[in-house]
Amino acid sequence: MNPSLGAEIVSLSLQHLRLVGITIAIAAAAALPAAVLLARRPAARRWVLGFTNIAQTVPSLALFGFLLPFIGIGEHTAIVALTLYALLPIVRNTLTGILGVDPGVRESALAMGMTPRQILWQVELPLAVPSIVAGLRIATVTTIGTATIAAFIGAGGLGVFLVRGIAMMDKQALLAGALPAAAMALAADEGLEWIERQLSPA
Amino acid sequence: MPPILEIRDVSCELGGRPILRHIDLAVEEGETVVLLGRSGSGKTTLLKTVNGLVPASSGEIRFEGRAAAEWDPVAMRRRMGYVIQDAGLFPHWTVEANIALVPRLAKWEPARVAARVETLLDTVGLPPAEFRHRYPLQLSGGERQRVGIARALGADPPLLLFDEPFASLDPITRYELQRQFLDLRRTVRKTALFVTHDVREALLVATRIALVREGSLELVATPPEFLRSTTPEARAFLASLDHNGRAN
Repeated sequence: MNPSLGAEIVSLSLQHLRLVGITIAIAAAAALPAAVLLARRPAARRWVLGFTNIAQTVPSLALFGFLLPFIGIGEHTAIVALTLYALLPIVRNTLTGILGVDPGVRESALAMGMTPRQILWQVELPLAVPSIVAGLRIATVTTIGTATIAAFIGAGGLGVFLVRGIAMMDKQALLAGALPAAAMALAADEGLEWIERQLSPA
Repeated sequence: MPPILEIRDVSCELGGRPILRHIDLAVEEGETVVLLGRSGSGKTTLLKTVNGLVPASSGEIRFEGRAAAEWDPVAMRRRMGYVIQDAGLFPHWTVEANIALVPRLAKWEPARVAARVETLLDTVGLPPAEFRHRYPLQLSGGERQRVGIARALGADPPLLLFDEPFASLDPITRYELQRQFLDLRRTVRKTALFVTHDVREALLVATRIALVREGSLELVATPPEFLRSTTPEARAFLASLDHNGRAN
């Protein structure tokens, strides 16, 4: 392995991480409040979950293609598409966490004179934290994988190696892309699982 | 002095189905009024109309001489302790944090809250040093229910609402807690509205029994009067008692 390949792996890995980081930040910022609102509105819940479900079923390469005419080539398109994919697991897990709070606990909280806002912040969200982190974990791991495809629309990242490896039948390039991506996914999975365990109630 | 709680001609419908029909009941200070009835009789719904968890379709609830409609519901609920089956403790909070809930919501000084928690743990028979830092999952069913009662007593509310608090406990623990409930009533002199389907429990803890049948009050009587009562539902409950007595 020549030194310039090593440097390229590092810089593309960083670019990859950046894509994933921005995607998860935006997805979480949108999904968490959405889930909190949806927890109180069963009717809207069906529509929104339906939409995020459909977004999930569109093949990623196709979604990148659809977005190209609107946003153009590059990182922005990739982030929009990746964010759409990341929304569902975060919304769904946050909802599951909030709705999974023991009804007796919620009823006691209300009956003892907590306001709905206090119930949300002091009871529902803390109890939903393990489930929320589980959603972030699923979203992060899948985004790390899906983000490799973003190289096809010029967004960079470790997918650049894959595009090159496929085009030139170059095994070394394929491995240079696939191995760091896999390592990144495993590390994220382990790390977030650890956080999940730490935050689980006693 | 007006009764601490007045239920005046309260009816309640849920999904078009009448659950409560024209209930009238007054609770005087120091009383323990037991709402006794079968499953589905409406007794729990009646309890929940008192603190507004279930809105009454018509009629009026008056608490401490004021109509419930004039109360801020949050302020009113903080003056009514609430204990349910399995206690409904917050699983992510320690025993201490659970008991401190209402005092903390009322923004008491931390030192005063801590002292109050200590007193309450003593009151319900749990040594504070041993229990204050435990989590609900580290408690037995009976201990959880004691903590639930301590939490309800938190800011010394004038009225306590109990919704089948001892229903899921084993018979021995249940009896211990019933005895303790009676001790508590002697020491802290609380007024309570207490829902149960257990006629023995009703006879043991009640100063008056309000018998709920299909959403109506069939009878309001002291325990001795209840034992002599000839209304059909009272007979049905007393028959179950006789039968149990023989079977044991």
